[in-house]
Amino acid sequence: MSTVAEIKADTVSRPKPNYGRALAFGLALVAGLILAFSSSGYHLFQYAQVLVYMIALIGLNLLTGFNGSISLGHGAFFAIGGYGAAILMVHFGVPWGLTLPIMALICFIAGFGFGLPALRLEGLYLALATFALAVTMPGILNFKRFDAYTGGTSGLQVDKPQVPFHLPLNQDQWLFLCCLAATMLMLFIAQNLVAGRVGRAMVALRDHPVAAQTMGVNSAMVKASCFGVSALYAGVAGALDAGLVGFVAPDSYSLFLSLSLLVGMVVGGLGSLWGMLAGAIFIEFVPNLADSFSGMFGESAKALPGAVNGLFLIGLMLLAPHGIAGAAQRIVTFLRGLMMTSSTAAPLELPAIRVGNQPVDENHRTTQGS
Amino acid sequence: MTAFLNQCFSGLAMGGIFAILALSLVMIYQATALLNFAQGEMAMASTYLAWLLIQHGVPYWLAFILTVILSFGAGVLIERVIIRRFARAPVLTVVIVFIALVFIIDSVVGWIFGYQLQEFPSPFPNHNWFNNPLVSSHQSGILLVTLVVMSAVWAFFRFTPLGLAMRAAAQNPASSRLVGIRVGWMLALGWGLAASIGAIAGMLAAPLVYLDPSMMSSLLLYGFAGAVLGGINNPWGAVLGGLIVGVSVNLVGAYLVGTQLQLLVALTMIIAVLLFRPSGLFGHTIVTRV
Repeated sequence: MSTVAEIKADTVSRPKPNYGRALAFGLALVAGLILAFSSSGYHLFQYAQVLVYMIALIGLNLLTGFNGSISLGHGAFFAIGGYGAAILMVHFGVPWGLTLPIMALICFIAGFGFGLPALRLEGLYLALATFALAVTMPGILNFKRFDAYTGGTSGLQVDKPQVPFHLPLNQDQWLFLCCLAATMLMLFIAQNLVAGRVGRAMVALRDHPVAAQTMGVNSAMVKASCFGVSALYAGVAGALDAGLVGFVAPDSYSLFLSLSLLVGMVVGGLGSLWGMLAGAIFIEFVPNLADSFSGMFGESAKALPGAVNGLFLIGLMLLAPHGIAGAAQRIVTFLRGLMMTSSTAAPLELPAIRVGNQPVDENHRTTQGS
Repeated sequence: MTAFLNQCFSGLAMGGIFAILALSLVMIYQATALLNFAQGEMAMASTYLAWLLIQHGVPYWLAFILTVILSFGAGVLIERVIIRRFARAPVLTVVIVFIALVFIIDSVVGWIFGYQLQEFPSPFPNHNWFNNPLVSSHQSGILLVTLVVMSAVWAFFRFTPLGLAMRAAAQNPASSRLVGIRVGWMLALGWGLAASIGAIAGMLAAPLVYLDPSMMSSLLLYGFAGAVLGGINNPWGAVLGGLIVGVSVNLVGAYLVGTQLQLLVALTMIIAVLLFRPSGLFGHTIVTRV
């Protein structure tokens, strides 16, 4: 068992090869392969959708969990990614795989462009601006003059990508494996980003903006880039989704999608990247409640997913503000605490998951109107 | 020319609805310095309540008044039961709680009333008042109600001790508490008032947009645009902002970009105002100590 001094020394010296992380990725890969060859088509489609959501959630969490900015409008970037990929595939014959980097770039630029002005706004106002973006998006996609490209209200039909090189896979397996590869790559990048200099700047801006700026962190640049990267993740997820579903339409990108992403992030755990898997599973399968209970409640069952979402949000905010990942971590810490003396257990509590802990607008409230 | 004036007046009428909604947003912002993302859903639920009463044969105006009163109670209840618990929480948490409210109110209404469109009656006659060719009676009625609501709110804050106490609690909670004002209850009253005013906006809007659980989502955005444009901490500004948003959105929609991009106009307005004049046209600047 290591002592406090050793643990501290570890974090200061060059990081050793991270066996834990390699193990986690390895296990995820094995689990993914087992799923790919043991599940039926529709289930594989759902699992692939989970992975797509996970990418979008990782992006949102980079922004909210690590940088402390709120976005209620990430569905809009998901939509740009989806529609962009569909338009490229249908009208320009670009293969699916190639649309991903293109849409990543476009969404980064879009996010950076939106973020640069919008991030000058503080907490609530940023929430408002992104909320407005999410509400506006379906109308833009519906816009008549773009009909030739977007297909208007009826949307665009996309040919699902075929299995290349005569691989012994069926289409569902191929799509799932593509999503798996993309997710692991994006997760890997996010982990490195968070662990490095940029990540520390992001967290510093979240925890104490004034101190961070005093230390030479360029607030506007870091925040806007973070928004851009976050939009990039949403865009990649959208582009993957377009190929996976084979169809894009304005209705799929309503405010509900943006709010669902928020729910997924909160359920999975703010500031936890692996936790986003739990969040993604949540937002993929909760809407199915409406179907599974329609026998019992009939038409009213359509209200169930919304109710579950709402109650989970409030319940988590009251009981476990760091979501499933936070709860899991608490249990681990508790178990470790049982095995060690309390003095060695303490430093193992990771610091990074406190979100936006500066007191809310306390100054604001008292100076208001004076 | 007649067509243009027609557009102006119908914009003004929609603007009246946005103005009332903006006023309700300002109520909550003044009391708690929060933007209530669930305001639209609260108004929608109130409107369903009014619809239920009218379906059961209650005369329109009685149903109207009952709805306003019951909404007040519901607003107070929401503040007391849910929002208070998060009074000292970070902004992020509060926004998440508002989104939770959106989900919950939406699904409760959907559960009880279903998701199909319903017709909602207008209390105003079918023919235009005084046979004027420009404004339908529902539109002029909306403007009339806007004026009444505005005056009532103004009179409440200007002439009643309770209004004075609420203003004091919003401006300086610590000192207000020292002189014996129950600040917590003032916040709850703010929520109640906001819910009532929002209910009025919902009942005026429903004859125009039909009644269904998602009726308020775009209206709320216009309400926000109005509130931000006029100054989120100034009730009169918010009303004026709502009217300006109504007219400009309608004109831009009719003559420049078509109705589908009207929301984009609101989005642009919100971002432009927040960037270039964050206090809005008539709000006062807030100084933050760091």
